[in-house]
Amino acid sequence: MNKIFAFLILGGILAAIWNGNLDAITPVVLESARTAIERAISLMGIVGFWLGIAKVAEESGLIDRISRFIAPLFRWLFPSIPKGHPAMGSILMNLSANMLGFGNAATPFGLKAMKELQELNPRPDTATEAMCTFLAINTSSVTFVPATIISLRAAAGSKNPSEVLGAILFATTCSTLVAILADYIFRILYRKIERR
Amino acid sequence: MAEQISISSWILPFVIAAVFLHGLMNNVRVFEVFTEGAQEGLQLAIKLIPYLLGIYVAVGIFRESGAVDLMVRLLNPLIRLLDIPAEALFLSIVRTLSGPAALSMMAEIFDTYGPDSYLGRLASTLTGSTDTTFYIIAVYFGSVGIKKTKYAVPVGVMADFASLIASVYIVKRLFP
Repeated sequence: MNKIFAFLILGGILAAIWNGNLDAITPVVLESARTAIERAISLMGIVGFWLGIAKVAEESGLIDRISRFIAPLFRWLFPSIPKGHPAMGSILMNLSANMLGFGNAATPFGLKAMKELQELNPRPDTATEAMCTFLAINTSSVTFVPATIISLRAAAGSKNPSEVLGAILFATTCSTLVAILADYIFRILYRKIERR
Repeated sequence: MAEQISISSWILPFVIAAVFLHGLMNNVRVFEVFTEGAQEGLQLAIKLIPYLLGIYVAVGIFRESGAVDLMVRLLNPLIRLLDIPAEALFLSIVRTLSGPAALSMMAEIFDTYGPDSYLGRLASTLTGSTDTTFYIIAVYFGSVGIKKTKYAVPVGVMADFASLIASVYIVKRLFP
């Protein structure tokens, strides 16, 4: 991540020199910094609210019940998470919110899942295998109801805004399968390298 | 279409109601427990602020500098080989960095080429089938203080590339 961060900033500034639009950089830095804080504040409200709801669901045993239902699939995807661990429930909530196209509701559960996965981590500065699998599935995003895209298509005057649903489902399934497969292959390769 | 949107506007209120109902049925002190959870959530969100700040500024610089244009030009041979429109490649790079930026690019493509054009459909499919990979990796790992991300980045990039190829293929196939 350090390399990506440095690449974005240095690459961006070099490209600006190359393109002769260095003037654009300073306003963008100020503008982005402001947007980041605005975003952080709106995120505080959403994260606070949904984790409040999640706590109620947890205490009442609802998450427990749902995770028991989905456990066989998860045991296969996340073999390193112990049976009945709360991380299962959070991962499930995050992925379902993603599937239904609620990006904003998904983030709080995702962060909660990371926190719970971190409790299982013997080396706190290094990602665990379960975290990598979780992020692989999360970033490849299986979406069943891309509401934002459909409404933007409708707003642009599309004759049939939802005609792309099938195509999106196909592409998102492909990318999720590739993510799961790539995660699996990398996991095995990484274990071999680490053993050496 | 109207059906799609009304389904998603029903689900959230239903989930919230179901959680509280289940809580009351199991004698949970719903308000107190809710505030406990919200407390944790707020602390989490505060911890996140530096990461958001870093990502937003870095992505902003990268986007405004025209670096993405340069990257697309560098990748030109690949574009020709796989028959991907330059706009689509551009969009899929932006998509990994910032959700709002990708949505506004998609809207721009709709305005220029029309939502029912090849590019309009491709842009919709691309935006709908991937997520902001780099943003998610930075923020999620950042929130728990993980510095070594192992192979999470290459896996995410491979999945995004798969979705680009799959989108081009399926849009050509479904809308000849």
